[in-house]
Amino acid sequence: MYNGGKIIIGLIIFVGLVTFPFIFRGDKATAKPDPKVDTAEILKLPENERKCVESKEFMKREHMKLLNEWRDQVVRDGDTIYTNAEGKTFTMSLQKTCMKCHSNKSKFCDECHNYAAVKPYCWDCHIAPKEKQS
Amino acid sequence: MSVNRRDFLKIVSMSTILSIGGVASVSSLKDQVEASQISKSPAALTAKRWAMVVDMSKFTSEADYQRCIDACHRAHNVPHITDNPKHEVKWMWTETYEHAFPGNEDAYRAEKFQHMPFLMLCNHCENPPCVRVCPTQATFKRKSDGIVMMDMHRCIGCRFCMAGCPYGARSFNFKNPRPFIDESKENPEFPTRMKGVVEKCTLCYERLAKGLQPACVEVSNGALIFGDIEDPNSAVRKVLSERFTIRRKPELGTGPSVYYII
Repeated sequence: MYNGGKIIIGLIIFVGLVTFPFIFRGDKATAKPDPKVDTAEILKLPENERKCVESKEFMKREHMKLLNEWRDQVVRDGDTIYTNAEGKTFTMSLQKTCMKCHSNKSKFCDECHNYAAVKPYCWDCHIAPKEKQS
Repeated sequence: MSVNRRDFLKIVSMSTILSIGGVASVSSLKDQVEASQISKSPAALTAKRWAMVVDMSKFTSEADYQRCIDACHRAHNVPHITDNPKHEVKWMWTETYEHAFPGNEDAYRAEKFQHMPFLMLCNHCENPPCVRVCPTQATFKRKSDGIVMMDMHRCIGCRFCMAGCPYGARSFNFKNPRPFIDESKENPEFPTRMKGVVEKCTLCYERLAKGLQPACVEVSNGALIFGDIEDPNSAVRKVLSERFTIRRKPELGTGPSVYYII
C-alpha cells in the first residue's frame, strides 16, 4: 500500500470524527421520552376512571389517526359525540376534551414529539392550555 | 428437490392458518375501535337550511351593532387588526345602504337610510360561489343544514373564494392573528387561525352542536331572528311571511340566506 501510514492515520481521524458525537454524548442525547399523565385534572378523578377515550396501547400508537378522524367528523359532518367500545361518550374536541385532562402540553405532547422530531401543526391554531411556569 | 402433492397441500394450509392468526392478533386493537361510534349530539339544533333575518328597525344605536359584532368576534377569537384596513379580519361588520344593496340607490330616499349602517355577515348562500371555486374543498356547504363551512385544516390560502364571494364576507390572514387577540378575552374553547388562511362566519356551528343559538342572535335582543327556512313553522318563516324583506344581490343567483327588514 502506498502511503499506508497516512491512509491509516486519516482513517482513524475520520472514524474518530464520525463517532465523536455518539461517544461524547453517549445515551444522554437519546434519553427516552417520558410523557407525564399526572396533571391535577387527572389526579382529581377516582382511580378507576383514569382512562383515556381508548386503551393506553391504542392511544400511544394511533392517537394521530384518531385525532384526524375526529377532526374530519366534527368539521365536515358536524358529528361531535364519540362513543368508545365501553359505551362511554365524549365530545370530540382537542381543546375541550383532550387538553382538559392533558393540560400539560409541554410534558405530554412535546415530550415525544420532540424526541421523534415530528412537528404536528395543531398549535398553530388551537389554543394550548395555559401551563403554570414551575 | 421435489415436493409431493400431499406435502405441498400441508404447507399451504398450515401457512394460511398461521397468517389468519397473525392478522387477527394485529387487528385486535382495530376491532376495539371499530366497536366505537360517532354520532350527532342529541342536544344539537338541526335544520334543513339555516337562515337569518336582520330586523333593522331594532338597531337604534351604535351599541346595538357593536354588541353583536363583539359577541361574534370574541366567541371565535377574531383578531382586531387596525393598522392596515386591508389586513382587517371580520366575521360581522357594518356597511352603508349603497354598498350593501347596490343597484337600489335612490337620490331622494330618506336621509336615515342613506347613512344607516347595515349589519353584514356571510349569507350562507344556497348556491355558494366560494365553494365552487375552492380548489381543495376547504370551504364547503354542509349537506345536513346548508351552512357554508370553512375547514381551516385544508385551506391553502389561494383566496379564490374571496374573489368569488360577491358579499365581501371573507377575510385573509395576511399575518399571524395571535398577537392581535386580547388574551384576557380569548375563548379557550375555540381555535384561532394561522397566517395564510381565509376565514368567515360559520354560523356558530360549534354553538349549534351544543344546542345554543349563534352568539350574535343571543345578544341581539330579538333584532336577529334565526331558524330553519324550510320549516314552515320556524321563527324565520313566520317573520318572512309577515314582513317585507330584501336580500343582498339576489339577482346573482347565489340564493343568500340572510334577509333584511328595512
